[in-house]
Amino acid sequence: MTFAHRCKQLTLGLALIGLAFEASAQTTVNDAWVRATVAGQPSTGAFMTLQASDDSQLLSVQSPIANLVQIHESSMKDDVMSMHQVDAVALPAGKTVSLDPHGYHVMLLDLKTQVKEGETVPLTLVVKNAKGEQQSIQVEAKVKALDGMMMDHSKMH
Amino acid sequence: MSTRYTRRTVLRGMSLLSLGLLAGCDDSSKLSFKYGKDLSDKIMGRTFKLKDAQGETKMLTSYRGLMPMIFFGFTQCPAVCPTTLARAAQAKKLLGRDGETLQVIFITLDPERDTPEMLDKYVKSFDPSFEALHGTLEETAATAKEFGVFYEKVPSGSTYTLSHTATSYVFDSRGNLRLGLSASLTAQECAEDLRTVMEVC
Repeated sequence: MTFAHRCKQLTLGLALIGLAFEASAQTTVNDAWVRATVAGQPSTGAFMTLQASDDSQLLSVQSPIANLVQIHESSMKDDVMSMHQVDAVALPAGKTVSLDPHGYHVMLLDLKTQVKEGETVPLTLVVKNAKGEQQSIQVEAKVKALDGMMMDHSKMH
Repeated sequence: MSTRYTRRTVLRGMSLLSLGLLAGCDDSSKLSFKYGKDLSDKIMGRTFKLKDAQGETKMLTSYRGLMPMIFFGFTQCPAVCPTTLARAAQAKKLLGRDGETLQVIFITLDPERDTPEMLDKYVKSFDPSFEALHGTLEETAATAKEFGVFYEKVPSGSTYTLSHTATSYVFDSRGNLRLGLSASLTAQECAEDLRTVMEVC
């Protein structure tokens, strides 16, 4: 192995470390989906899992298909389902936070169009990290059938 | 002659009585459910009068011979309503042919926004046999009260959402309230308790 080759390897290694560092204040979004609607239904929910590398907050969500997007939290007590709007969702470092029908979720309100199974819905998530820096994340959420959710959460608590 | 008739009448009467006992159609009897709540001693939901998608008036007696399972909700509900309707569809499938007598009825708590046509499409996207009923605000309030269903509007920015009771109420085929299924139960658990109701009548 030549000296030049070694240098190249080192540079590559450093570049990779640099990239990893760049990515350190990142939030990853997985399994984003939106529930399909029937014609005339003015709202639906969007769900996903989020993981932030440092303590962050999900501040807001936008979508071109909805005139209004809110983040809600639902909770169940004595078999009464309660819903309320929240200002932000905490994303503790390294912890997977699930936005699902039984806790925090995104409400797409005043829909401009019917949402059909198989389509994708663009979502823009605004996340604030611990330093107060805001980051926009583009997500393509898959549309699942109205009744397509009996997978992981057959139990609600 | 007359004594023979009398004896026959008595016999007929006795056999009818024993049939009734065999079928266990005792309106007051308590039932024991594995997962749900026995509501056999509750007088609830007997006098509601609402409209279906076609504008026909529906009452509990409209479903005689069927096993009505009633759930209250609204179509802008992201969580418990679609989950409960999907669970009902799954439970109906799990019951196989017996499931044909299960009549799922979705009563909207949001008649201001849930139009009859949209409501109908919504429930039928889970199972084509499901029915949606609606009433005026007053009729909705009266029906919820009759079932002991809590609901309230929660303002949410420029719009509102609803908090509401997520229990499904099951009547036997003779119109006696029997079972309350909590939203936390699975389709399998519901199907098991629904079979218990079916065995009664």
